[in-house]
Amino acid sequence: MEFIHYFSKILLGTCRDVLPIIILITGFQLLVLRQPIPHLGRLVVGGVYVVIGLALFLAGLEKALFPLGKIMATQLSDPAFIYGTGEIVTRVDWKAYGWVYLFAAMIGFATTIAEPSLIAVAFKASEVSAGTISQWGLRITVALGVAFGISLGTFRIVSGTPLYIYILIGYVIVIVQTIFAPKGIIALAYDSGGVTTSTVTVPLVAALGLGLAASVPGRNPALDGFGLIAFASLFPIITVMGYAQLMHWQATRRTNPH
Amino acid sequence: MITSIILKKLRDSIYDLLPIILVIAFFQIVVLKQPLPQIGEVIFGALLVVAGLSLFVQGLEMSLFPIGEAMAQALARKGSLFWILFFAFALGFSTTVAEPALIAVAAEAAEIAGQGGLIDPSQDSLTQYAFGLRMSVAFSVGLAILIGVMRIIRGWPIHYLIIGGYVVVMLMTIIAPQEIIGIAYDAGGVTTSTITVPLVAALGVGLASTIRGRSPLTDGFGLIAFASLLPMIFVMGYGLIIFG
Repeated sequence: MEFIHYFSKILLGTCRDVLPIIILITGFQLLVLRQPIPHLGRLVVGGVYVVIGLALFLAGLEKALFPLGKIMATQLSDPAFIYGTGEIVTRVDWKAYGWVYLFAAMIGFATTIAEPSLIAVAFKASEVSAGTISQWGLRITVALGVAFGISLGTFRIVSGTPLYIYILIGYVIVIVQTIFAPKGIIALAYDSGGVTTSTVTVPLVAALGLGLAASVPGRNPALDGFGLIAFASLFPIITVMGYAQLMHWQATRRTNPH
Repeated sequence: MITSIILKKLRDSIYDLLPIILVIAFFQIVVLKQPLPQIGEVIFGALLVVAGLSLFVQGLEMSLFPIGEAMAQALARKGSLFWILFFAFALGFSTTVAEPALIAVAAEAAEIAGQGGLIDPSQDSLTQYAFGLRMSVAFSVGLAILIGVMRIIRGWPIHYLIIGGYVVVMLMTIIAPQEIIGIAYDAGGVTTSTITVPLVAALGVGLASTIRGRSPLTDGFGLIAFASLLPMIFVMGYGLIIFG
């Protein structure tokens, strides 16, 4: 009973998400395009699938995985776990946080694989490139980028180094890569930065960031807790372009061996 | 036939979810050395996730992708630049303005600004600050989709625009107040919801395949990239204006 109440609340939220889209598209069809919508029945059924599917997905995540993941993020960043109980921590030792970096990398990878927006973009990319870009290839490359990004982001929180230095260096790498990467991949690579951080990744990653910033001595959650999402949006761009460069380089080496 | 399609969708969704389950189980059992609590609830939740993801993917192919492409084709055939750009802006603005993640981030940002003494910490001024922040992000996403669609129509190369945007972000980072930078960087990531992304992707690809001389792969993607970049610039700009 409690669950039904909870589920209907999430369902209502998803409906509110699609409402502006429905109003906009109907308005345009009626007032600007003045055409009937083709295959209306199928569209409506598909729309209902999207709304119910997303609501079930979110309800399941919040019921099963988020609570556990959030508790884990807090426990792993707890000084008692990291330095052993009874130690009084006066100085932060960044080397003691190995499990945190590993957890950040693995949870970043895993949540990105389950991210519905990325599934959608990978599907489109594979369709448009006639299968040259494989769905799983793109998703794994993006997930590796998120894994590295979040892991580096937790290191930044632990070490207390300024956020903008990392982001600026990342931008320089992206700009240099853009010069050398195959032109066809550039737009998709830029897009893969934006799609990684959505329904699954943000809640877990935000919990990890705020948990760390609150428990590492000398860090301020308000200032240091943010920024992990920025890392998760930047590094997939680098890995996707890197992967395309690698493929391109291998292909040219195969065709002219000298 | 239909059961085999459903089974395939369910199997795909199980693969999508499997990494999260493995990571959480590994850390719980091996690293933290604790039993999995409430195993029944976890399994029930995982089943919901798998069923939900399968339904969502099925719905994508039936509705969000076709409607995005149909709108792109109908608008391109109509041939009015004004209405295409209007549609692009309205899509970006309306899907972002009520986004729960954005509302949460804006409220949090107001809280931080109030505590930091950057704005008057009274409830009224906090609400006003959060509202202004939300509006500037929603406006920037609308503008981003508009610029992205303009780029597809005109065939501008994307890297000049994005690199130009990066340079602006870097310059603004130097002059923007320290307290707003983390939030501004994160704002780029939270704006594009799970329902908006497929629709916007289908719109871009649909436009690029309808307009002669554009390649769906090179020109069709990139809308989401603009939608992640412009909010950063606008949030820092908002910080500069408010904090002086």
